Amino acid sequence: MNLAEYYAALTELMKNGGEVSSLQKVFVGMYKAFVEGGRWKLYLDGVVSTVEVTAMALILGIVLGVVVAVVRTAHDQQRPGRHNPVLTVLNAICKVYTTVIRGTPMMVQLLIMGFVVFSKSREFTLVGTLTLGINSGAYVAEIFRGGLMSVDPGQNEAGRSLGLNYLDTMRFIVVPQAFKNVLPALGNEFITLFKDTALINIIGGKELVYAAKAVGSKTYDVMYPYLGIAVIYLVMVMLFSWLQGKLERRLRQSDRR
Amino acid sequence: MIDVKHLSKSFGDHLVLDDISEHIAPGEKVVIIGPSGSGKSTFLRCLNLLETPTKGSITFQGTELTDPKVDIDQMRRQMGMVFQHFNLFPNMTIRKNITLAPVRTKLMDQTQADDLATTLLRRVGLEEKADAYPNQLSGGQKQRIAIVRALAMQPKVMLFDEPTSALDPEMVGEVLEVMKQLAEEGMTMVVVTHEMGFAREVGSRVLFMDGGHILEQNTPAEFFSNPKEERTKSFLSKVL
Repeated sequence: MNLAEYYAALTELMKNGGEVSSLQKVFVGMYKAFVEGGRWKLYLDGVVSTVEVTAMALILGIVLGVVVAVVRTAHDQQRPGRHNPVLTVLNAICKVYTTVIRGTPMMVQLLIMGFVVFSKSREFTLVGTLTLGINSGAYVAEIFRGGLMSVDPGQNEAGRSLGLNYLDTMRFIVVPQAFKNVLPALGNEFITLFKDTALINIIGGKELVYAAKAVGSKTYDVMYPYLGIAVIYLVMVMLFSWLQGKLERRLRQSDRR
Repeated sequence: MIDVKHLSKSFGDHLVLDDISEHIAPGEKVVIIGPSGSGKSTFLRCLNLLETPTKGSITFQGTELTDPKVDIDQMRRQMGMVFQHFNLFPNMTIRKNITLAPVRTKLMDQTQADDLATTLLRRVGLEEKADAYPNQLSGGQKQRIAIVRALAMQPKVMLFDEPTSALDPEMVGEVLEVMKQLAEEGMTMVVVTHEMGFAREVGSRVLFMDGGHILEQNTPAEFFSNPKEERTKSFLSKVL
């Protein structure tokens, strides 16, 4: 007897009020939540879309974060007595951005973006991704600012003394070194972001939670879908942490090169 | 070549340079010595505006560097600088360290820069290190590379900020040798150092700084055999 037949037999038995063991109940619940009607495909789609959302939000977050961090550091590192008015304006914008984003809950940002700013849009997942990216950018900016400040000032001086301008010095000398210093913190940000993707479900984004909810409303049993996605999140986070550890060890080795 | 007028620099309330005026002529090898905290490094760093002077002016080949409208990057390209802690870029190979600035500033294209790097590396005996990373080199090698990196911009003057102070004693010689070579080729040099032997042998003029002033200056022969100021005498008696 294969699993499908076993499941059919057990459900038939339960419908008729027959006695089943608790182990058999668990089997039925899990089969119903993950296998029956090819439901595992929903979860798989959910995982893929969660990873996609995370990746896109992370890229947006890093781009925004680096720009904000460079603007703020550039503003703070101006030669005394020289104030670039453009930089002053940009710096003010960046400051407002980090303050607002870091000072309001992620959930509220999603609600505002989903139901106020883009209330006409049907691209829920995309709006969610955008919001996550903007949110992440504010945190990445702070991580990166710390990274930029951790690079020996002598590196900047060496670049400038060769006649490189500020942006080239940043681009070729300071930022690559800062990037290496902030990788552990960026890894943590990635994991946070990965878990936060669950929130975009509130504005109708399609990802792993969406899959679990869809299954739950079909089977009138949310326990197994929710426990199931918790395990999926956990396993993936553990996988990321392991990869992150490996990457860091590799980078440390190159330091001793 | 470099004209310093009434240069003052203070960090907060602390006055590091007090109204210094000095002229450096083309081809001169000016050696600046003095006790620590005398302002000699700050003075050197003011020359290419790594430190912004609080007061006074610095003119390089007729251009006033302290004028806020001056393109300081353009001016720095003509002034090489060598640091105490080398400050090589650890994220690039030696070749890239040397060619980055000349290529990015459009002084030459990558092929020309690579050729120049090879030539310069051969001169300091480090040709085979072109593809190594800075962390694989000894201090003396790093400093020779740092000199090469500055020279790749074909500067008109070279500023040395205690180039041998962070080196193991046995590596000092190889770096001084390169600097001596450079001096013989007629490069204008301003050197802050504690190497009295180098000052005596290579310098065309010695400045003694203390407390933010240039207390005394003379030709090396005169300076070392016949110091005039009390402070100079006591300093020399301790270091010689």
